[in-house]
Amino acid sequence: MKTLKIDELSKNFGTTEVLRKINLEIDEGNFLVLLGPSGCGKSTLLNIIAGLETINEGNVYIDDYNVSKVEPKDRNIAMVFQSYALYPSMNVRENMIFGLKQAKVSKEKIEEQLQKVSKFLQVDALLERKPSQLSGGQRQRVAIGRALVREPRIFLFDEPLSNLDAKLRVEMRREIKKLHQQLKTTVVYVTHDQTEAMSLGTNIAIMNHGVIQQNDTPENIYNKPSNTFVADFIGSPSMNLIKGNLKQSSNQISFVANGSNFEIPINGYDFKEKSNLENKEVYFGIRPEHIFSKKSNEGDFEINLRADLSEYIGHEQIMTFDYENQEVLAKFPSTIKIELSKNTKLYFDLTQISLFDAKTEERI
Amino acid sequence: MQDKIHTSYKQLEQRSKYTNMFLRWFLYLVLILFALYFIFPLYVMIVTSLKTMEEIRQGTLLTWPSGLNFDSWAVAWGGRGYGAGDTFLKPYFWNSIKMVVPAVFFSTFIGAMTGYVLTKWRFKGDQWVFLFLLFGCFIPFQAILLPMARTLGVLGISNSVIGLVLVHTVYGIPFTTLFFRNYYISVPTELVKAARIDGAGFFKIFFKILLPISAPIIVVTVIWQFTQIWNDFLFGSTFSFGEAAPIQVALNNMVLSSTSVKEYNVDMASAIIAGVPTLIVYVLAGKYFIRGLTSGAVKG
Repeated sequence: MKTLKIDELSKNFGTTEVLRKINLEIDEGNFLVLLGPSGCGKSTLLNIIAGLETINEGNVYIDDYNVSKVEPKDRNIAMVFQSYALYPSMNVRENMIFGLKQAKVSKEKIEEQLQKVSKFLQVDALLERKPSQLSGGQRQRVAIGRALVREPRIFLFDEPLSNLDAKLRVEMRREIKKLHQQLKTTVVYVTHDQTEAMSLGTNIAIMNHGVIQQNDTPENIYNKPSNTFVADFIGSPSMNLIKGNLKQSSNQISFVANGSNFEIPINGYDFKEKSNLENKEVYFGIRPEHIFSKKSNEGDFEINLRADLSEYIGHEQIMTFDYENQEVLAKFPSTIKIELSKNTKLYFDLTQISLFDAKTEERI
Repeated sequence: MQDKIHTSYKQLEQRSKYTNMFLRWFLYLVLILFALYFIFPLYVMIVTSLKTMEEIRQGTLLTWPSGLNFDSWAVAWGGRGYGAGDTFLKPYFWNSIKMVVPAVFFSTFIGAMTGYVLTKWRFKGDQWVFLFLLFGCFIPFQAILLPMARTLGVLGISNSVIGLVLVHTVYGIPFTTLFFRNYYISVPTELVKAARIDGAGFFKIFFKILLPISAPIIVVTVIWQFTQIWNDFLFGSTFSFGEAAPIQVALNNMVLSSTSVKEYNVDMASAIIAGVPTLIVYVLAGKYFIRGLTSGAVKG
């Protein structure tokens, strides 16, 4: 049984296609993050799961039960919003029990739930306050509390941390992670922040233009991006995508960047299909953190590139190099000194590379 | 060198100080002149209403009255006590109250509802509905007189307070909708979503979530509608006559129907009585008026 299943779901707003044939499944207790740039349809998808938006095609199942036409209140879900959406005229207590009261839960049960959750979230001292008298972090807690008291099957989070300042965001992120570890309730979480997605999710579904680009574990998303969009979206700075061609001769495959006269051997790369590689136009993907200034592995590939730009950001520096008129970014500890406008020896860790078809932009 | 720079700064500072002082006093002067200009008619009205006719004939407009003489106020409110032809404000004042209170209530309530629907329960073509409602704000009163008279006739409520309540409610809805729509558009829609997930329906969300945070805009709407309806003369004089007339019509009749001498003191007292309710509403709710007009944003 899948806690949540989305089957061939499509959604249009007028003539604009917002979601296209979405398929998703979540097992009990998992934490799924919907990640993507603004306008990719992730919030719409969450609203559809909540029942706040209608569906044009396809179905949503919760516990194998088709809820596509079920009212939000009857879907056994709870949602936390970006603006917290606390009812301004009610105090914290009334905010938290509003849903239970609508559901006609007995007074004793409501009080019991309220006590339990408010203690758990450390808002029990704030019960009589109005939302306007709370700090951002407290409001967030109350909003989560309002979702918790209902003991839903699925928690839906819609960018819950975007309104907090940087420091508080990191704190709340950890609290949400702890919360999930303790409660083990299934979560669907929408964000545009890759750090949030990576640190919270057991699964990440990366979306763009209403299509799921990759739905995988954080490790696979980072190490084996399924296309150039995912490769570019995850990581900061994002993965270098160097344009060039593949060469295949007897058992040796190698990569030649456009305009360059040397080959980078591709050994031990896990090709999806090993045929038709000769002269294939590809992107050679390598993350800035996998380029080193000293040889660390036997398999590292030595290359001479001119340093053009240096960005110091405290614990590290981001250097921009020129590789036959293509920019290559690398991340080094800030202790390393590299002279600008001079050729520098760099080492590519070839075990960490990704290759993409230049036409389809898919991983090969 | 250093000293030289310092002295020049000192001169500059001195100069800007004098300029500022001059501008400030000039500003005060202009403000005082305007204040006098606006308060002058009120002064004349009050002073005249407290004079006897004898004093009015002998003195000038600005002369201070000899004493606090409220006779003309009593006449304006309650009449002289003889039968036919004695027009006084009291019954018409109550007519106006009976007209204004329900008309303000219904137009405000309906405006709040439509504003709520147009912002939080969007439907296909809702912007057209809003556009047509807005159009209602720009239709001149005169243009709807004939159709409205016909409608009231068909409904059988012409020349009645109920008829006037209907006219003012209908004519007020475009304005009240505009106010509430603009207010609710700044209320995060996530509030409505959260309430829907919590199991609240259309009316519950309106009464429990939105209405409790609408105080500023309700005040604005009530002041606006109250002033409009209380001060209306055109609808009142067209759709009612005789005993059903509102106070503004009665005031007009009173002032015009004086047979022999113009009783300026009674006229002035009547005019003040007819204007006092709007003043009271402004004084009681005025500070919310500005706040409601300018804010609108609900801090989440």
